[in-house]
Amino acid sequence: MALYRALIELADDHLVLGHRLSEWCGHAPMLEEDLALSNFALDLIGTARSLYAYAAEIEGKGRSEDDLAYLRNEREYLNCLLVERPNGDFAHTMLREFYFAAFMEPFWQAALASNDKVIAGIAGKAVKEMAYHMRHAGEWIVRLGDGTEESAARMQAAVVDLHPYWEELFSGGDCDALPDRAALRPAWEASVKAVFAEANLDWPEPVYGQNGGRDGMHSEVLGRMLSDMQYLQRAHPGATW
Amino acid sequence: MTATKAWDVAAAVPDPELPCVTVAELGILREVVMEGDTAVARVSPTYSGCPAVQFIEEAIAGALHDAGYKARIERVISPPWTTDWISDAGREKLRAYGIAPPQTASNSKRALFGETVVTCPRCGATDTEKLSEFGSTPCKAHYRCKACLEPFDYFKCI
Repeated sequence: MALYRALIELADDHLVLGHRLSEWCGHAPMLEEDLALSNFALDLIGTARSLYAYAAEIEGKGRSEDDLAYLRNEREYLNCLLVERPNGDFAHTMLREFYFAAFMEPFWQAALASNDKVIAGIAGKAVKEMAYHMRHAGEWIVRLGDGTEESAARMQAAVVDLHPYWEELFSGGDCDALPDRAALRPAWEASVKAVFAEANLDWPEPVYGQNGGRDGMHSEVLGRMLSDMQYLQRAHPGATW
Repeated sequence: MTATKAWDVAAAVPDPELPCVTVAELGILREVVMEGDTAVARVSPTYSGCPAVQFIEEAIAGALHDAGYKARIERVISPPWTTDWISDAGREKLRAYGIAPPQTASNSKRALFGETVVTCPRCGATDTEKLSEFGSTPCKAHYRCKACLEPFDYFKCI
């Protein structure tokens, strides 16, 4: 079941981040960003669906992708803590997106060569989308970091706030069909440092990294997010439309 | 009840968000095969989260059903859909509809991130600017022509 568990970790990362981005719908600072964030949310949720569907098939207990998304409790979610962080301001959202995409782009790139055809297929679609997210979020980090005094201060504050959370991206998912997460760290650090240099942002001193998400130990915010996301299926079990 | 006839039925279904082109011209209808008396249509989504894909699948199944077929839809994600699969006729119809078609032979990261020249679908000028990374759907970006000042959608290359 190593593959099942690794797929759930990956799918949960995508669904939770996708749901977070969807919270911006109607609230982004400008129409173009409202469209971009909603579309990024769609990409992530679409990838999550493919991953849940495959996980459900492997599990073989007759559960559907919807069962996995809507009927599991907080402690059964295996996403990393980074993706459940609240949206904060626009700088926080863009930095969180960039950290995630800068990890997933090389991850899917490596997964294209997976001996598992379903995973290679999902990777083929996702790798193009992640490259897009990375570029878009990276441009905003440079624009804000290298912008006004106010925008630079907020961008730097986001860097400090999210600093304990990025390292967990490299944990979890040990199975043959998926790339080794730890091996992607040099590529991730190179992408982040290149953008930070252009944005005049300082890389903070190392701090004690927060983790536990892969074991279902989450921060308080995930429960609230799930109660919102799962409300309809919990209140009206089996509802369809 | 042949695969060729079933293909003709399925291929004529228009895209719900781009009704000027059919699902075959967009390249999202891969193939139709007969399995016994059931027509199996294989469909590829443009983006992982394309919200129209379920609607498209139902429209194709409905068209086959109306033509007397038992129908089943299979979603195929590999190899991934690319804008290179949009037919020449499809590109011309998009242009006539006011959407700048994607550049050809573009299934690479360089095409996605490099500087591309997008031609205005109305006046043909190449002096255009990008207004928004996303347009009315995930697969399009929003542009404006600096010559005729007309805003338009550009079908992004992926």
